[in-house]
Amino acid sequence: MSGVFSPTRAKIKERTLRTDKWWLQPAITFGVLISFVIYATFRAFENKYYFSEPLVSPFYSPCLSTSCIEGSSPLGQPFNNEYFGIGISPALLILIFPLGFRMTCYYYRKAYYRAFWMSPPACAVAEPHTKYTGETRAPLILQNGHRWFFYFGLIFNVLLTYDAIIAFRDEEGHWGHMSVGTLVLLLNATLLWLYSLSCHTCRHTLGGRLKHFSKHPVRYKLWSWVSVLNHKHPTFAWISLFGVAFADIYVRNVASGAWTNFYFF
Amino acid sequence: MARKLKMRIWRGDADNGGLQDVTVEANEGEVVLDVIHRVQATQMGDLAVRWNCKAGKCGSCSMEINGKPRLACMTQVASYGDEETITVTPLRAFPVIKDLVTDVSFNYRKAMEIPSYEPPANLKPGEARMEQVDVERSQEFRKCIECFLCQDTCHVIRDHEENKKSFAGPRFFIRIAELDMHPLDTLKNRKQKAQEEHGLGMCNITKCCTEVCPEHIRITDNAIIPMKERVVDVKYDPLRWLGTKIRKREGIV
Repeated sequence: MSGVFSPTRAKIKERTLRTDKWWLQPAITFGVLISFVIYATFRAFENKYYFSEPLVSPFYSPCLSTSCIEGSSPLGQPFNNEYFGIGISPALLILIFPLGFRMTCYYYRKAYYRAFWMSPPACAVAEPHTKYTGETRAPLILQNGHRWFFYFGLIFNVLLTYDAIIAFRDEEGHWGHMSVGTLVLLLNATLLWLYSLSCHTCRHTLGGRLKHFSKHPVRYKLWSWVSVLNHKHPTFAWISLFGVAFADIYVRNVASGAWTNFYFF
Repeated sequence: MARKLKMRIWRGDADNGGLQDVTVEANEGEVVLDVIHRVQATQMGDLAVRWNCKAGKCGSCSMEINGKPRLACMTQVASYGDEETITVTPLRAFPVIKDLVTDVSFNYRKAMEIPSYEPPANLKPGEARMEQVDVERSQEFRKCIECFLCQDTCHVIRDHEENKKSFAGPRFFIRIAELDMHPLDTLKNRKQKAQEEHGLGMCNITKCCTEVCPEHIRITDNAIIPMKERVVDVKYDPLRWLGTKIRKREGIV
């Protein structure tokens, strides 16, 4: 017997005496994250409907594989799409980076440790595990690599911003046009920047690691601004996730012909 | 207006105990500690409860109210429904002594293990100077009233008694962070000690400590995560490590 049932602690047989709906938040988190994972997996393997001039899905950008539709990547298609005789979806070559960024994110860690691993399911609700070593051993010690995914994530943000900018063209490639797809990609890029810039690692890198704020006024100012954003990091984490999914759904439907990309001008 | 309040109060000691039903009068504006005192005065003369300031500043009346770690003196009776039964138990992460009183000496032992502030060797008394922006950062951590609600709710020790040996807990992570961010602190290996001796790596950032803090200290965002990032600087970031070798960079010693 361990934890709240240890011999020296108050003899209470319930795992928790909370009377509120403590299970609701982890249940919603579980539902939303698992839905996203299923959808993202389906789209990563679908390998079509990701490009409709000038729109490219964020799940497939940059599309670096030789099997990509021509013109779908500003970086060209330098990578083979076949490894050991198996054709690989171009999405799989790049999704590891945004996925790794979110998996190691301090906010998402809280969310999925509670919702998936029940460690703990909620505050003051006893967890079901008999042993706990936290993030001191493999594989969870790899969570310390969050900053590397953050750096890669910034590169992706630049590329997705580029995708939003080239969406100011029409289907023939002429500049000076704007469609619903342009707004969708702009919104997606904006939300991803907000999510990245509000990140705890960004806050640390810009100024958090300093001992003397007073000796580094510029970095202190940057740290102060990011700290304001950091308060909203969980919000940005969720809405940017929805933003990515929605941008992909929009491009998929336009590329498949189900929806028409309406042009404002 | 007074109302009849139904309560369940845990009574017992380390060997035995259980929840006892009681009905007590509660007046408008009263907090849970008030009604516990009324129960003590009228129905359970030997009920043990620790309290002191009744103003949310001494951190003595920590207990669990309807399963949530809270200060009894800061919990309004009116925040519960008229028909709701309020269940009061001692902190469930620490050994119980009697009724609502627990043995929190674990926390004092951990406090002694934290290396203290180490000013520069040549700094004489009265000569220490700090800029306001540097002071502000650690002032948040100085608000801690040592109620140990964060320690109580932290599942690392609440759910795993065996981790108490190697885990200091959120209250002491804010102490470590405060010292590590102190411009005049010269101790070189505070980050490594936080990770290797005080169990910083065991924290999985589920933020329960922040949720229960009555002083609203952003324990996770402002202390634990910054300390985890500082540990990454010295233990898991080869580029940063290389930077320290090429050029003595501030803050990562």
